[in-house]
Amino acid sequence: MDPRKSRFGRLNFGRQDAQSTVGYLTRAGAIAVIVILNLAACSAEFGTSYKAGVSALDEPPPVGGPPLVRRLTESQYRATIADIFGADVPIVARFGRELRADNMIAIGTSKAGISPFSLEQYDNAAAGIVDFIFAPENRARFMVCEPVADSAFDAQCARTTIEHYGSKLFRRPLREEQIARYLEQARRSAELVADYYAGLGLALRGLLSAPEFLFRIEEVDKQNPDSLSALSKAERLSFFLTNSTPDDALLAAAESGALNTDEGLEQQVERLMSSSKFEQALRAFFADMLEFDLFEDLTKDAQLYPAFSPVVALDAQEQTLKTIVHHLVDQQGDYRDLFTLRETFLTRALGIVYQLPVPTRNGWEKTAFPEDSAYAGIQSHLSFLALHSHPGRSSPSLRGKAIREVFLCQEVPDPPANVVFNALVDTGGNTMPTARDRLHAHNSEPACAGCHKIMDPPGYALENYDGVGTWRDTENGAVIDASGNLDGRPFSSPIEFGDALRDHPETGKCVAERMYRFAVGRDIVWYEREYMDYLIEAFKAREYKVPSLMRDIAMSENFFTIDSDAVRFEGASL
Amino acid sequence: MKTLSRRRFLRGTMKGAAIGVGLPFLDSMLNDSGKAFAATGQRIPVRFGTWIWGCGIIPELWVPKQTGYNYSMPEHLKPVEGYRNKLALLSGFDVKLDGVPNKPHVTGCFGLRTGIPIPDRQVRAPTFDVLIADAIADTRFRSVEVSTTGMQRSYSYRDAGSPNPSEVNPLALYHRLFGEGFQDPNKASFTPDPRYMAQQSVLSAVQEERKALMTKVGAADRQRLDEYFTSLRELEQKLALQLQPPAPVENFIMPTPPEATPVDAEMANVIENHKIMASLLARALQCNQTKVFNVLFSDTASNLRRPGVSSTHHTLTHEEPIDRELGYQREVAWFAEQSMFAWRDFLDALDSIPEGDGTLLDNCLVLAHSDCSLAHAHAVEGIPVMIAGNAGGRVKTGFHLAGNADPITRVGLSVQQAMGLNVETWGGLSMATNRTINQLLA
Repeated sequence: MDPRKSRFGRLNFGRQDAQSTVGYLTRAGAIAVIVILNLAACSAEFGTSYKAGVSALDEPPPVGGPPLVRRLTESQYRATIADIFGADVPIVARFGRELRADNMIAIGTSKAGISPFSLEQYDNAAAGIVDFIFAPENRARFMVCEPVADSAFDAQCARTTIEHYGSKLFRRPLREEQIARYLEQARRSAELVADYYAGLGLALRGLLSAPEFLFRIEEVDKQNPDSLSALSKAERLSFFLTNSTPDDALLAAAESGALNTDEGLEQQVERLMSSSKFEQALRAFFADMLEFDLFEDLTKDAQLYPAFSPVVALDAQEQTLKTIVHHLVDQQGDYRDLFTLRETFLTRALGIVYQLPVPTRNGWEKTAFPEDSAYAGIQSHLSFLALHSHPGRSSPSLRGKAIREVFLCQEVPDPPANVVFNALVDTGGNTMPTARDRLHAHNSEPACAGCHKIMDPPGYALENYDGVGTWRDTENGAVIDASGNLDGRPFSSPIEFGDALRDHPETGKCVAERMYRFAVGRDIVWYEREYMDYLIEAFKAREYKVPSLMRDIAMSENFFTIDSDAVRFEGASL
Repeated sequence: MKTLSRRRFLRGTMKGAAIGVGLPFLDSMLNDSGKAFAATGQRIPVRFGTWIWGCGIIPELWVPKQTGYNYSMPEHLKPVEGYRNKLALLSGFDVKLDGVPNKPHVTGCFGLRTGIPIPDRQVRAPTFDVLIADAIADTRFRSVEVSTTGMQRSYSYRDAGSPNPSEVNPLALYHRLFGEGFQDPNKASFTPDPRYMAQQSVLSAVQEERKALMTKVGAADRQRLDEYFTSLRELEQKLALQLQPPAPVENFIMPTPPEATPVDAEMANVIENHKIMASLLARALQCNQTKVFNVLFSDTASNLRRPGVSSTHHTLTHEEPIDRELGYQREVAWFAEQSMFAWRDFLDALDSIPEGDGTLLDNCLVLAHSDCSLAHAHAVEGIPVMIAGNAGGRVKTGFHLAGNADPITRVGLSVQQAMGLNVETWGGLSMATNRTINQLLA
């Protein structure tokens, strides 16, 4: 057994939890037919190993996956530039929309290419960065050596500069031929434009547009083909725990071999997790999970929702991320309490939509939704309610689908294409004031009913929030009925719905599974099922503390393991 | 300039630095039969573009009752009556599903554009605009994508992992096309900036890592890296163009930066933004900034809406009761008709620019289409298609042709052939076809 395991201690678990999970799911059996319940279905099939997993908290034999080529996300690019050059270095570019795959941007990074438009934008960004750091007034700060003269080409100093920034950008030392290549270009450029700095700047601009920078190209360890190389480990670890490039200390730990030891790894994990950059990683994860990239396409009708504005849209995302970071990191809170939490942060612009007073005139106010208000939990935040609505109204189907997919990791199939909307053709003179009435029309079509029965109840629970999230008691004069049933648990109000979501057996599993997919940038392969069960049990044992979950992933052997067999199963999701 | 080779020119101006410069494709290398400017004898380029609107048509208001040249213009095509002679209407061509689930508003669009039906956005082949751009692009931009409802996406894909994003903001489009790096074609003097040459040379150093990287990764990732290097070559080519004096352009008027306008999906704003962007695009085509473009007027699940109304075009297609007297959805029909007014605006933008003995439109091949025919049924049978412009004399227009349920890949095949691509069959599974639409090709 790997000696690293001892760090986890041996925590014992009762069987009740697992059993109650199965019971819950049996009640929701109808759903399992249509919705693909990733975790539950597999837990049941893997009965034996599941039992073994709960008796003691040991990581099962590692499985791992293939080495990946992952494109930097916009936030990773920005954080990396800030770390290497400084937070004040301007980045002027319009990054294209991130690719989502298997519901995550993190997985999209291992499938995304770089289109001509994207490269044009990276080149623009690079030009701006180079202009800034080579500006005469900034040179003293960024140059690592001084040339003998500005006009003559100082090969030694140019080489030092290229090696210095090149190894930071590529996250590994440059090979001699790479150095020679960029050095030669710096020299040639300097001659063409008759300026040492301009020539060197162009070489740096090349490094900033190179695939070795824009993609994280993972390498297998030459001595041990079942593991990532130490430098690739550093890369994976750093982007997972800080959403940015490995710093000097981490690269040094990789190069010295320290990262390959348990103590060395633990030291680095603790260091990164206690750094101020850890928050960036949590924010990146939740912005990805909560699909905040969709805000780019979000518009609201200005006549129907005059209080909604681009400022509100930005503040809404920030509100939720601030709330999450505060609860999970500062308070070391239980992840599931995010669905019942009243503590939050507000600005005046948000207060207008929530119809809550915000005394702070400018900026953020740490506050809590009043006990008698209808707001509790991040699913009652504008960032969820407004995002999963139409421009001119709420949508129980969109919200219900998002509850299922985002928080419970359940997949809702696409609507059938060839539906005949008889109920709409002939309304029989019935008025349909509420969304529930209108959707009842869908539910009368058998082809639609199956999925709408799954999507709509969580959505109905949130119908008291209008298309941007403001509370309302009625729609078109009819009283809104927010009652329903979430997979066997009845609720009569949005607050009770939050409780049901908190207690849903998939809630904790879903975030654990998602976090692992975020960490490795791919879907889980079949043989990792046991490892997932282990992570989920560990998460439970650690009282659903997300930082602990991230630590468990970062320190697990599976995280760095390369399985050549897994390459063949790539894409064979559970 | 014509007597001086480009390479010699570069050497002459660049202090003799002998660097292999990837020269752009020359028109003369293409087997085309394009027209030439009378004044200069220079060949007029032929451009290709797509224009898409979402949520289809009201068939009884859009499909002409007669075929051939003497059809009477249906109600919803009245806005483009003035372009009758420059338009070919193609109805009744189908995306064949071959058992693939029809993902509403997605399968039809990609089936038409890639020739292979798919149940999601994971394209199995490039969209045809990319194939055409690969063959004809020798301009500053390989292609330009524009979207007028604030949606960043486009339906132009080289690969599932790298769709070409759209410009959504008129001012951003202006800066991209006419901002830094733009050279006024009619400026009296030309001085190449040696920085461009230096930068181009640096990029070739980046390119040199290609071989080493390719051996390190698996097949799927090789394809992604390959795509990166294609983009890199394009960037190099763009720099090479900066080192040549641009060819003079008749009647070119430098556009002015557009005023800031609201960018959203409200119909009036969309119509306005679309007009501005169409006009910028037309100017960019005129002065050879690009030869290929893709316009997304409204997304395939159209989010167009009227101010103060809670439903969007797309939600209306599902929810609006069919008007008993009219026999169709009244509001949906309004959006469908507005889309044709916008199409006319687009044609106006191209046709208002004189070029050679005709207009810019005459030297374009614009393929306009939607994602479905009848939106509430998501029908991928009879997806409406229009071809506008004569591609410099390579295509014929003025008629309505009924496809009789033929695979819609016949359209994609024919436009590729019209653009000079050497392709005999195109499409996958039962959509594979070698049947050119002969009526279309001149």
